[in-house]
Amino acid sequence: MTRTPARRTLRIAGAGAAALLALSACSSTSGDATTGASGPPELSGTVTVFAAASLEESFETLGAEFERQHPGTEVSFNFGGSDSLAAGITNGAPADVFAAASPKTMAVVTDQDGTAGRPVTFVRNQLQIATLPGNPDRISSLKDLTEPGLKVVLCDKEVPCGAAAQKALDAAGLDLEPVSYEQDVKGALTKVELKEADAAVVYRTDVRAAGDKVEGVDFPESADAVNDYPIALLKDAPHARAAKAFIALVRSAEGQKVLTDAGFLEP
Amino acid sequence: MSAESRAGGPPRRPKGSRGVPLPLLVPALLGLAFLLVPLIALLLRTPWRGLPEQLTSPGVWEALRLSLICATAATALSLVLGVPLAWLLARTEFPGRGLVRALVTLPLVLPPVVGGVALLLALGRNGVVGRWLDAWFGITLPFTTTGVVLAETFVAMPFLVISVEGTLRAADPRYEEAATTLGASRFTAFRRVTLPLIAPGIAAGAVLAWARALGEFGATITFAGNFPGRTQTMPLAVYLALQNDPAAAIALSLVLLTVSIAVLAGLRDRWMRAT
Repeated sequence: MTRTPARRTLRIAGAGAAALLALSACSSTSGDATTGASGPPELSGTVTVFAAASLEESFETLGAEFERQHPGTEVSFNFGGSDSLAAGITNGAPADVFAAASPKTMAVVTDQDGTAGRPVTFVRNQLQIATLPGNPDRISSLKDLTEPGLKVVLCDKEVPCGAAAQKALDAAGLDLEPVSYEQDVKGALTKVELKEADAAVVYRTDVRAAGDKVEGVDFPESADAVNDYPIALLKDAPHARAAKAFIALVRSAEGQKVLTDAGFLEP
Repeated sequence: MSAESRAGGPPRRPKGSRGVPLPLLVPALLGLAFLLVPLIALLLRTPWRGLPEQLTSPGVWEALRLSLICATAATALSLVLGVPLAWLLARTEFPGRGLVRALVTLPLVLPPVVGGVALLLALGRNGVVGRWLDAWFGITLPFTTTGVVLAETFVAMPFLVISVEGTLRAADPRYEEAATTLGASRFTAFRRVTLPLIAPGIAAGAVLAWARALGEFGATITFAGNFPGRTQTMPLAVYLALQNDPAAAIALSLVLLTVSIAVLAGLRDRWMRAT
């Protein structure tokens, strides 16, 4: 390196740095909503399910169960923010089923006649306050979050959990200034898990999934902001029959048990 | 760059005598198209009619102002810490230097969100260092504008270090040696001889670092959170707008792009004309 002519070294250093800049710029984007999974057009092919991130654990379980019940089928999931999933579907991503975390994100797809038939609500999710383990700040109501000196994080109003939190705060007539409006529910939860924030308003299912790293506190105003999760068969579904069977499993008693175990409420 | 001007430029070849070799031209043009087509697509899809309305919202200017301030502060911090670090890596011998150099570039390969979590674990309220900052000085960095600057510096400084170190290695150390032989201390030699010699490399590194800091998203939102006017920079505003209002997100991106192009083009003319 030291023996090469100076300008070549410089040029190489510059090119390398530029390439790295480009690469790291790529890495900061998130929420890619496309998937390559799409089997041959058979009755028992691969069912591609686009589902809200909060459904990940329960749907993985149900997917494995579906594959067991129907040998020869495969369920391929794409989990992500409901908004980016909806954008992916309306832009032609090859999916069979869409399970969204809010009717509003489902409406993005139905507005473009992207579904076959009306979406149905298959579970609901309620908000909970996530506090530090042992609840050292003795938070017992939504009003307690407005105490000065308490660091509270909310989801941004643009994402479903933030919109729901705002609805609950409005219902309670409370004015809460958080330290941050997080980009998604996991971001809000992480801040409490790492003890950087004292509390966050998230979903029951997230509190349940976080185990003993946070403690959940119910609050009555959450009843005003229950989130419906709609599921629908997509119009251009490559494997419509298998997809219908998967939706049936999700709505069956067996499917509902898996979902309620994860903290969801029955519709 | 500076090396070229010092050497009087490369030997001039008669124009068009051979033409550009195809194996270079084709990938070069493909590369250019690959970089430009997404930007052109962005311009084509820009909702021009709604643009004035988007741009007059005070939130946009607040986010832009914060972005520019934080990126500039992060670049300044990177210069103060990064140039000496680059000098240490290029001009001194110590055991494990190769390892240190690799560690310096680690933030380049680390997903920014992971970088943000690492910063929380180090400088957060319960972090390895952060808990003492909190206990002794009452300073907490997450959720503050200072936190944004630190997150951006963490991600951007390696670009500056790499660029400056490369320039230092290419610069002839004999000038410094001559200065020290003539009685200058090593620091004086660095200040009076080395620094002017590598100025273009520092400028290029600073521009890279500034650009990276301006576009920084993952580490910022993870470490500093997102609060309008305090920690919400343009990339955060763009991401959140994208959730519900893609048109607004495109408009915001366009503002960020325009400002960065204006600044980068301006700097290039000033600092790198000699190239």
